[in-house]
Formats: sequence, C-alpha cells, structure tokens
Amino acid sequence: MEIEGEKMFEVDLGNLMAYDSHSTVSSQQSREKLVKECLEKGTELVQAIADSLFTLPSTEDIDGPLVKLPPPTTKLPREKHMPRPRPPTKWEEFAKKKGIINRKKDKIVFDEQSETWKRRHGYDRANDEEAIPIIEAKPTDDPDEDPFAKRRENKKGRVDKQEKNRVQNLRNAAKFGDLPSHVQLAATSLPITGTQAVQKKVTKDELGNVAGIASTATASGGKFDKKLPGEKPLKHKGKFRKFPPVAPAADGKATGPTEREQAEKILNKILSKNNHDILNVKKAVTVTNVKKEKNRRSDKSKSSTTNSKLKPQKKPFKKGGSAKKGNPKTQ
Amino acid sequence: MSEFRTATTRRGKKELQKRAPKLIESGKKTLVLHGTKTSSVLNAVLTQIYHLKKESAVKYSRKNDKINPFEAGGETSLEFFSQKTDCSLFLYGSHSKKRPNNLVIGRTYDHHVYDLVEVGIENFRPMESFVYDKKLAPKEGSKPFMAFIGEGFESIIGLKHLKEVLLDLFRGEVVENLNLAGVDHAYVCTALSSTKVFFTHCALRLKKSGTVVPKMELVEVGPSMDMVIRRHRPPNESVRKEAMRSSKDKPKKKEKNVKKDPLQGKIGNVYIPDQKIGEMALPNKSKGVKRERREARQNHGSDEHASKKKKEEDS
Repeated sequence: MEIEGEKMFEVDLGNLMAYDSHSTVSSQQSREKLVKECLEKGTELVQAIADSLFTLPSTEDIDGPLVKLPPPTTKLPREKHMPRPRPPTKWEEFAKKKGIINRKKDKIVFDEQSETWKRRHGYDRANDEEAIPIIEAKPTDDPDEDPFAKRRENKKGRVDKQEKNRVQNLRNAAKFGDLPSHVQLAATSLPITGTQAVQKKVTKDELGNVAGIASTATASGGKFDKKLPGEKPLKHKGKFRKFPPVAPAADGKATGPTEREQAEKILNKILSKNNHDILNVKKAVTVTNVKKEKNRRSDKSKSSTTNSKLKPQKKPFKKGGSAKKGNPKTQ
Repeated sequence: MSEFRTATTRRGKKELQKRAPKLIESGKKTLVLHGTKTSSVLNAVLTQIYHLKKESAVKYSRKNDKINPFEAGGETSLEFFSQKTDCSLFLYGSHSKKRPNNLVIGRTYDHHVYDLVEVGIENFRPMESFVYDKKLAPKEGSKPFMAFIGEGFESIIGLKHLKEVLLDLFRGEVVENLNLAGVDHAYVCTALSSTKVFFTHCALRLKKSGTVVPKMELVEVGPSMDMVIRRHRPPNESVRKEAMRSSKDKPKKKEKNVKKDPLQGKIGNVYIPDQKIGEMALPNKSKGVKRERREARQNHGSDEHASKKKKEEDS
C-alpha cells in the first residue's frame, strides 16, 4: 500500500491500535456522509495495522497462522499494585537467627508404642498423645485431676496459641507488605474510604482523652454525670493557659518560641497589616538592578542575538508582592 | 470467620490466587451498573457494551443509589463492588434532566478510584439496527483493531483521556501470540470536535489481494454512538506514577541444567531416556546372516578353493 503525502499513522502493534493525528472529519456534513468518511479513514488505519501485522513472521498452527505480537507501546495503568515482598514470619526470623534449617520429614514414622511403622499425620498416627489408653500416675499427681482432660486442654492451648500467632503474622504481612496470594482481607476489614487513604486507627488513649473532653460539653461541665468506662478526666481542669519558658532549658535544647519571640510575631503581623508602605522602594530598586546586571552578564557570555524583549518576561513584582500581601485592598 | 479469607478447597485457593496482585497482569474486568434512573437508550448502551465484553465483564441488573463518582463520598459503593467482583474498570449509567444519557467510565487502582470520564451518549444506534451479512458477525472474545482519528486526541486533554480509557476498555487481553484467522472486528473512534467523539464498531472483511496482506474492508455492525465529554477527572499524580510502574520486561527465567565450572567451562547434563535395549526387536534373525555362520562359510570357502586347486593340480 502506498503512503500518500504525509499520511503517517502511529501504529501500536501490540495493542492492534492505529492513530491518525493528521486527518480531521468535519461535523458539518450530513450524518451518512460523516459515517462514510469515518469508515473510510478507519479502513486506511486498519489497513496500515494489517500491513505490519501480516508481514510478521508467522508459524503454522491448526487453526491458522500464528504471529508473535510485539509488546504494546502505549502504557496503560496497572489494576493492582506490584507484588510486594512478604515480611518474614516470627518463626522465620527466629529460624534465621538460630540457623535452623527446614528438613523434609518422612511420611512414615516408627511408633514406639505399637512397634510398627505408622504415618506421621492423620488417622492412626505414630506417637499420638491421645491414643495412650493408660497414663501411669506419679506420686506427685493430684488424685482429683483428670490427666486425659489436662492433656486435651494443653493441646487446645497450643492450637489456640498457634492460631493467634498465624493471625498475627498475617496482620503483619498485610501491614508491611503483601498478604500471601491465597489469603485475602475479609469484607469487614477492607480499607474503603473513597479517594482518601486508609484512615489512621485511633488508639485507646486518644479515645479516652477525647471522651473526657467531650464529657465536659454539658450544662454543668460534666461534674454530675456518670463516668463512662475508659473515659479519662481532663488533663487541664478549668482555665488553661500555656506559658513558654522564660529562660532557655538547662540542657541547651530548643524549647520552642520564647515569650519575646511570640510577642514579636504578633506585633509584626499587626504592624504589617496597618502598614501603608506598599513597597520598600530602595530595596526593590536595588534588587531589580542586580537582576538586570546578572542577565546582561549572562547574555554577553552566551552572545545571543535575540532581543531581551522576545525572551519570556520574568515577573518583576515578585519581591514587592510579598510586602503587598500585608495590605489587602487599599481603599 | 476472621479478618482474613482463606480457602478450604484447592479450587477456592486457586480462585483467591487469581485475585492476588501479579507482576504481569492479565486482562481487566469491567463492571457494568446503573443508578436510580436510566433511560431506554442508556439501558441499551450498557447491555450492548456488556455483550461486546461478555467474558470479561460483570453486569449488575439492580439499580444502585448513592453512587456519585465525581463526589468525594460517593465512590465507596463503587470501590466495594470493585473489590467484590475484582473489576478494575466500571461503566456507570445514569439519566437526569441536567445530564441526560450519562455514562461514567472509570478505572480503579488497587480498588480505589483512579480516574473518571463522564460522557453523554447521543445518536445511539443499537446492533440490531445494522443490516449485514451474518457470516461477517465477529466472534466473542476476539482481539479487536482500534482506530483513532483526529488530532484532538493528542491536543485536548479530555479527548486524550477518553482515548486512553477507551483503549483500556476495548482492547481485550494482551497476548503474545495472535491467530491471524481470528481478527474480525475493529473499533473506530473519530474526534468530531473538541468534545465530541463518534464511536462505532465494525466487522472486518478480508479480501484477497496480490500480496500476503489482505485488503481490509470495514462493515458497520454496531453499536454506534456519539460521545460528548462532560467531565473528566485525571488521576492523582503520585498514584499515576505508581500505577504506571511496570516490571522490567519478563522475569528472568532460571536457566536449568547449566553449571559454570572454572576448569571445564559451561557444562550441562545430557539426559537420555531409557532405551529399553532388552525389549528391542533384533533387526534380522535369519540364520544366514549370523556372524559365526558367515565366518565359517568364508573359511570353508577358502578351503574349497585350496581343495579345488589341489584337484586341478592333481588332474
């Protein structure tokens, strides 16, 4: 197919897409003509894609010729984040520290009690604690205690502890990395908050403090109300004013603004608001002169022939503008 | 019932693994839903786009209120649905007096709204209104060609955004190998003005030409519509950077069976399958071919020669 004139299309073969940036279709014509023109232009584009597509090296398949498409050039956003590495579990960290290697275990183990080979896990397993019919009593044993029940309780305790650790590991993984691929967050713990990020979880202390503050919002200042469980009393009862330290701290560390600095800040704000001097003329003049000198010098070194007027105008009032802020509509 | 979903069956486990974030992603799924009020045109648009994307789309049939994609709080339902159905594209249709035949095409990243384009549908022609040869009807799930016409798609940000979103919506799965016999449809989008785009779906008829490349012909099969861009919200810059991050090509495949020895260089093992020599049939079991017999015959032959000579000498 001949390419006439400047008709070059952007072809993205990986996506089977072509884009014609040069043609325009006028919307003033009748609907049928418009559709026809669009289809014509579309046919050209599709032909261009087909040109490059059918000339790719193809292998014969049962259904037809197979071509290997190049990867797409237009980048589109991902739908999920990149997989993050999972943080190691508590056991993994411990094993690494101690140098414990995980060794493969046999499926069949020798059972001491029956002196046969039994499977390690499952029905009729080897060395099963619960399969022992008789437990010999020791002289230190309590006669009212049921050793079988005790063994069962211990096992249950161990299983619960393991489950707690497993959930803790998963929570850790969800917080600092990615969950393993076969685990997902349940619907109740999904972080759905619209476009905002995940909201910070309020701690127990914070809640207690806030509850204490809120409890004072009654007619009697919360004096005669029943205190809720977990509600903390107000840290500063009554009128509260914070005074900055008069002298700097003994260890020389920064203590924040002193009383003098605070007063100065307020004073400056007030004075600048009522200050009718828009511009420090002297300062503005020197600043602009210095800038001009700099530009002239850089122009000379570059030996550019372009007129400075053609260059993009830099805002000359930038310095004056900050002072101007102090004087909002002068009327 | 904890804060984590785990599967009890192997099949369930595979389903969960499908939804986990992957290095190289497979096709995006689309969620098609509508708000409290829709028009007949909008219903048709939604159902037809759903049919075009049958395998990779989920359609909700009930009306969903409290969805306002452009408002701060109105996206929570959409995000929840995106999480539930594992869809990263959504098509939300609503109709009101202020915005008639309104269609919001949105994308999500990590099940949070990434970007939105609000488009009004005009001059809609459903698939049924097109008359064409039934043999040309495109098959479901085939990879389409995409054609964009008009400089507006480059210069105007709204159109540029719409182009990206339409590409994402209709391109289908990113495949490495394509069967050339299976290309049968194309989407054509033309920028008519700075806000209007003419969108249509055509089947491809491949005609024999002299060369390897067939001659393409577009036949409109529908649906076709005019999209008028109303509002659009581009993605947050930081989120965009994160979403556009791609893995460096393909993960390097571990080369198996190759060892690099400092003395011998690169070595690998050659594994030959069991040749089962004992079960192989011997090529020729006939008596005359056996080596011993052959040798005996040779020796015997030389004796005969010797004896013949002797006889001649004698006679």
